[in-house]
Amino acid sequence: MTNQARIRNFSIIAHIDHGKSTLADRLLELTGAVDARDMREQVLDTMDLERERGITIKAQTVRLTHRAEDGEEFVLNLIDTPGHVDFSYEVSRSLAACEGALLLVDAAQGVQAQTLANAYLAVEAGLEVIPVINKIDLIAADPDRVATEITNVIGGSAEEVVRISAKTGEGVDALLRRVVDLIPPPSGDPQSPLRALVFDSYYDAYRGVVCYVRVVDGRLRSGFKLEFMATGETHDAAEVGVLTPAAKPVNVLEAGEVGYLITGVKEIDRIKVGDTLTDAASPALQALAGYAEPKPMVFSGLFPTDGDDFERLREALEKLRLNDGSLMWEPETSRALGFGFRVGFLGLLHMEIVRERLEREYDLDLVATAPSVAYRVTMTDGSIREIKSPQDLPDPGSRGDISEPYVRAMILTPSDYVGPIMELVTAKRGEMGNMSYLSPERVELDYRIPLSEIVFDFFDLLKSRTKGYASLDYEPDEYRTADLVKVDILLNGQPVDAFSAIVHRDKANDYGTKMTGRLRGLIPRQMFDVPIQAAIGGRVISRETVKAKRKDVIAKCYGGDVTRKKKLLTKQKEGKKRMKMVGSVEVPQEAFVAALRVDDDL
Amino acid sequence: MMTSDVRHLSGAEVDRHVEDAAAYVHIPFCSAVCPYCDFAVVAGADDRIGRYVDAVLAEIAMSPRWRPLDSVYFGGGTPSHVDPAHLRRILDALASHHGLANGSEVTVEANPEDFGPQRASELFSAGFNRVSFGAQSFDDAVLARLGRRHDAGDIEVSLANARSAGFQNASMDLIFGTPVERNESWMATLRRAVALEPDHISCYALTVEPGTPLHRDVKAGAPAPDPDTQADRYEMAERILGEAGLGRYEVSNWSRPGRECRYNLTVWAQGEYEAYGNGAHRFVDGVRSHNIRRMDAYIDRIEQGVRPISGSELVRGWDGEIDRLFVGLRRSAGVRPGPGVDALLGTRGGGVLRHAGVIDVLEGRLVVTRPLLTDEVHRQVLDLSPPQGWVEALERDNLSD
Repeated sequence: MTNQARIRNFSIIAHIDHGKSTLADRLLELTGAVDARDMREQVLDTMDLERERGITIKAQTVRLTHRAEDGEEFVLNLIDTPGHVDFSYEVSRSLAACEGALLLVDAAQGVQAQTLANAYLAVEAGLEVIPVINKIDLIAADPDRVATEITNVIGGSAEEVVRISAKTGEGVDALLRRVVDLIPPPSGDPQSPLRALVFDSYYDAYRGVVCYVRVVDGRLRSGFKLEFMATGETHDAAEVGVLTPAAKPVNVLEAGEVGYLITGVKEIDRIKVGDTLTDAASPALQALAGYAEPKPMVFSGLFPTDGDDFERLREALEKLRLNDGSLMWEPETSRALGFGFRVGFLGLLHMEIVRERLEREYDLDLVATAPSVAYRVTMTDGSIREIKSPQDLPDPGSRGDISEPYVRAMILTPSDYVGPIMELVTAKRGEMGNMSYLSPERVELDYRIPLSEIVFDFFDLLKSRTKGYASLDYEPDEYRTADLVKVDILLNGQPVDAFSAIVHRDKANDYGTKMTGRLRGLIPRQMFDVPIQAAIGGRVISRETVKAKRKDVIAKCYGGDVTRKKKLLTKQKEGKKRMKMVGSVEVPQEAFVAALRVDDDL
Repeated sequence: MMTSDVRHLSGAEVDRHVEDAAAYVHIPFCSAVCPYCDFAVVAGADDRIGRYVDAVLAEIAMSPRWRPLDSVYFGGGTPSHVDPAHLRRILDALASHHGLANGSEVTVEANPEDFGPQRASELFSAGFNRVSFGAQSFDDAVLARLGRRHDAGDIEVSLANARSAGFQNASMDLIFGTPVERNESWMATLRRAVALEPDHISCYALTVEPGTPLHRDVKAGAPAPDPDTQADRYEMAERILGEAGLGRYEVSNWSRPGRECRYNLTVWAQGEYEAYGNGAHRFVDGVRSHNIRRMDAYIDRIEQGVRPISGSELVRGWDGEIDRLFVGLRRSAGVRPGPGVDALLGTRGGGVLRHAGVIDVLEGRLVVTRPLLTDEVHRQVLDLSPPQGWVEALERDNLSD
């Protein structure tokens, strides 16, 4: 049992590669949580992908014991947060478990949009934000400039910004002192009925779902019958404990403490991140604020290259979901691609990560259709339908307006690139909002942009037009009605559902021309001419033709060598079996992948 | 597709060659190896000709006695490169071991530069009655690119020599689509070829075979033959040869009526043929088998008293039916109906082929109507499954390969 006055709960907010995991490692080392000998770089990033990409996908947490200069011991709960915009709900839940946050900024790169977005979240949540500049050992470091940027964003004076090198350890001791001095201790009521926040969960093959919890009021005792207030489910607290970072069972977690809870539940979607736990025997009257269902924003069809892998894909998705309750899918059938799933993702990075994990960890070969957003279609009878796949768009006769989701996008950029960014945003149907200078060289731009444009290629274009200097963050905004049309791509007169897209009428010609042109280069010549058309309804807006092949014969059958020729042709036939038949047209798998690849020229 | 007015052989006429007995003899020796060639050939090995011929004679002696041969084909390599006395020994051995049927066709392949008046006479008196020239082109730039060692004039001289020596049946091979060739030079080649009034012409599209110097050049960036250009040139051949009275009876073969190559007709009718020499292929008793490809290894094996077979494929039951279509569909007359034809027409792929005008049913026979797409048909044929209820007449087993 720890006196609340001796507890500090905090997170680190940082952009990718700004050194969050390295700092966490240093803290673990300095507080003796992990022996220097056992120090594996970036202890908290356990997933392979996290290590490779240098990002944190799942939040982790660790309890550190820090002996202050006066000899008193403090418990420091470091709650690691996902660094990416796609996971902002998880970030907000992690922040809700803290009283303070370290805003960690790279001394050379300065403040990035995501950092800023998360810093705002922390400020809004009432957290004490301690600005920290990392990597001061870099040659390119410019801590004075970065300090000015930070104070322009969150206030305070440049002198208060802590300067460290997580890599060398310089300044980390001083940072620990700041954490103890500045971050307020928890202030829950130990005598009230139990209220604990589930701020993350993961699936363990042996233990089932493990919840990370922050006890706000009362105490969480092993053996309690618990009520989950949002879902209404009750489960026994089979084990509670703390993470040091190794799991260590305890009898009770007191108000202010952070730890884990195991109930024996095996299905991750039965436990909702953001839910409030209470004692079923004497429940709290009101749940903690802020619970929300994670809502997918981006949808893509995933199809196994080999149709026989459909069941394996389903199993793989189910296994992934054990660790990722936000993953949602429903079966989808494509005439061109066969059986697969329409999968909802929190954002583009989430989509990319899931695809990569499916291919890498489950050894699946996948074709993914172009990402789409959820459109709202007002039907002529007044009802409203949500459309996640172009295939599902009702006929023009039965529908009225279509509206599309907008996002509020925050772009941080060196001021030199404001012109090109404005041009880009205008081309992407964006609407300019505020523009404010963080420093003479750095500008924050605020826009409303259709999510579909972001999902399509906005991020890549932004990066290429600003030499990679601009950063982007966005949050869902309202739905707006737009003049949207469905462009179909027809091969030999047959629509290929996988290539259909809902686009703005002004962009329809571009999409059609690029897609037909691309496909002309990707579809091998057949025994007959293959027209490739882009059409809106029955109206063809662009057309290309793959000319029929004229010669496909081995000239000579030498001296009766029939066997060798048979073998050669049988081998060619096997190659052809990897093609998908669209009507009578053989389309190689690679054509789907290549045609659907989003890049600069589309 | 252009069609010639020349009468094609009827289905019955081509199919009856299934009853033939034929033999192929491989003579691997060449003065130099052409850069596009991937046959079992050797250059600069003339010192081993005698030993090789002895080995072929021994192989003939080892093979089971058969019925009189309706056709014999000496291919290569370059049979005309070796002393005709050697070829005569082999031909005599075949005649005494199996017998030669009345009116049998006995072909020798020849290069124009080897075919002086004396060699022509020696070959004719040795018993050859048909000569097939590796003419390839009348465009000297094309000949140079193909690494040939003759010029257009040599072709004319050698054909005249063949006629003077008594050959009533002469053929020439032409190659089209070499990257240095142009439409006009190919037209000129065709015109000069038909002006010599050969009985038979084979036109082959230049093919880049893996492992050849040509293949290496193309991989290193040299221009490759263009399939559309080759299709154009094929259509030119179809027109010019047709106008000259040569009818196409197979994908790459044209002849005056009655001058079709009987040996080839036997192979495409799924008739039987023995084979002798390194890398030679045979089809006897429902088995396709072939000899060791390397000449030295072939000779060694023979000298050890063992038949030099290196691989075989059992072609019976359903496989035999597929094989019948596979070889037979190269012919303009196509194949007679049968379970394989029904199976092909019943598949979706078969339907696409028919819809695209690649195959058709004409006078009750399945015919490839766009011969330049024959491989499309072949791939589909090789993929066919036997109809439900099909029972293999013979137990299948795997022979070595």
